[in-house]
Amino acid sequence: MTQTGPLARSVGLTRAEQDGAVVARLSGTWTLAVVGQEIDALQIALAALAASADMRWDCSGIDAFDSTGAMLLWRAWGRKLPASVQLQAEHQRIFARLAATDAAAQEATETTTFAWLRRTGALVLDLKAHLIDFVALLGQFALNFAYLCRYPAELPRREISANLFKAGVRAMPVTALVGWLIGIVLSYLSSLQLRQFGADVFIINILGLGIIRELGPLLVAILIAGRTGSAMTAQLGVMRVTEEIDALNVMGVQRSLRLVFPKVVALALAMPMLVVWTTAAALVGGMLAAQIQLDISAAFFFQTLPKVVPIGNVWIALAKGVVFGLAVALVACHFGLRVRPNTESLSSNTTSSVVTAITVVILLDAIFAIATRNVGLI
Amino acid sequence: MSAALTTPQNGQGDPVPVIAVRNLGMRFGQNWVLRNLDLEIMRGEVVSLVGGSGSGKTTLLRQINGLLLPTEGEVRIFGEPLFGGGIQRERAIRRRFGVLFQQGALFSALNVYDNIAFPLRELKLLDEALIHDLVMLKLNMVELLPQHASLMPAELSGGMIKRVSLARALSLEPELLLLDEPTAGLDPDRSDSFVRLIRSLREELCLTVVLVTHDLDTLAALSTKVAVLAERRILAYGSMQEVMQVEHPFIHNFFHSERGARALATTKA
Repeated sequence: MTQTGPLARSVGLTRAEQDGAVVARLSGTWTLAVVGQEIDALQIALAALAASADMRWDCSGIDAFDSTGAMLLWRAWGRKLPASVQLQAEHQRIFARLAATDAAAQEATETTTFAWLRRTGALVLDLKAHLIDFVALLGQFALNFAYLCRYPAELPRREISANLFKAGVRAMPVTALVGWLIGIVLSYLSSLQLRQFGADVFIINILGLGIIRELGPLLVAILIAGRTGSAMTAQLGVMRVTEEIDALNVMGVQRSLRLVFPKVVALALAMPMLVVWTTAAALVGGMLAAQIQLDISAAFFFQTLPKVVPIGNVWIALAKGVVFGLAVALVACHFGLRVRPNTESLSSNTTSSVVTAITVVILLDAIFAIATRNVGLI
Repeated sequence: MSAALTTPQNGQGDPVPVIAVRNLGMRFGQNWVLRNLDLEIMRGEVVSLVGGSGSGKTTLLRQINGLLLPTEGEVRIFGEPLFGGGIQRERAIRRRFGVLFQQGALFSALNVYDNIAFPLRELKLLDEALIHDLVMLKLNMVELLPQHASLMPAELSGGMIKRVSLARALSLEPELLLLDEPTAGLDPDRSDSFVRLIRSLREELCLTVVLVTHDLDTLAALSTKVAVLAERRILAYGSMQEVMQVEHPFIHNFFHSERGARALATTKA
């Protein structure tokens, strides 16, 4: 190591013989800004010097010292002061602090055995907390419903109408576009296959059943979960972060009645309408592709559709719309109310809300498929 | 091992002020918030900035910590201008002071440990084992326990947020500490202990401290000098006794109210 004058900002470390003993002489600036520049070389040099136990350390020549510099020495010395060391009075305080920190760390070492078991346990408890919260939310919704039956004047009409507009009307362009495109693709691909068997007419059966019964409701639910569900979670989450929900509670406004109830009701109303709208768009798209690909005219398509698709399918689709709407809104509100006042929690809960809503919708769809297996399939 | 910075070594009786504000002016739109403001703070001083709401305390502090570029005049920290000279030079200057924000400004996605380790990791010089030791040391300095390291900022109380934030501000071994309302939002007990902590750390680490505060108790307990900000400039700058002699409606209201008398009486006792 080079040794330079005290005015230059550099670190000095020299090995010298004095009175028959070996002395490590420290000087210069032992601060983070300076030692950081060549920390590896310093650590190696210090370790080499500290290797001999009877080394005498002379730290009195240090001009500036901070805890990083002290920490380097402390580590080289094996976390204790060496037998022979010369320190400036104010530097002794730093080493006293280091010793105190080590003592505190010693006390704090707790057992971390079975870490995986703890993690699994935490996961199970977390799931349980989610379920309890969700059941509480459902119960609160039912209580609100009963309350409004007794006091219909307190129905939050404005909020319901605002949510209907946001979740329903605003979603119409995107759902129609996606439905229309899916209809075209489905019809085009199916017609290629059907033509091989000469079964052209069955395109109407396939599109009618597939879109009305299955694809329409599912498509809308997934789009709405991503679009409206995430917005609901984020909105409630931000209201939690900014303590708006607490403010409402303090004013005697029930958060479930004013925030959750309108969202759930509005989505349960908007979804069946969106299902009809999207299904219609998808059928129009499919019809268009069938006309180009198989020469099936629009008039024939519309004449045949009611004959091959029993009306029961439409009721199933509407019921699915209502149920999916309830599910998406309840899941969104559940996660929104779980947001804790920090940014990380907000983003993770919004993600969870969308993922859970889509999963729940697909699960419900499977239940519908089993429960209605005897309805509307001729 | 040549020096990265050309600043003179901090010997005794160093003539270069830690903070030198010269002829500073700040304009927002048509409105001058600060004008012709001069302020010099020497090493080892603890200076409280006081002033009414909207007097520009926060603006001044944001210019000292380099978040705002002054409309006119300049701020020198350790004798060097804050702006200009390239990213490397600006960063080297900024690493020499620590800032404690009013709300703590902890990164909410990181736990306490990672918050304190963040500036150290940004240096890209130290290995993880050394960073761990340094983080534990900083935690000990601000009187937190090692087991607090794994907590997230959302799980901390107001007083703990201030302490962690202070530990983060201290992690790069700053020579200058800027505190924005260090005791705002703390109960009197916590506020007292936080003031004691800052005072003991200042002695231990030989810090220069600039704080903005409304709290007379904090002001009386910590500061060696008081700078009163009013009429867009530093109206009075000196020890508390000197400042109190100045005849000005704001100073009169601030120090000679019943509250002020009480705070001063307790410090004299």
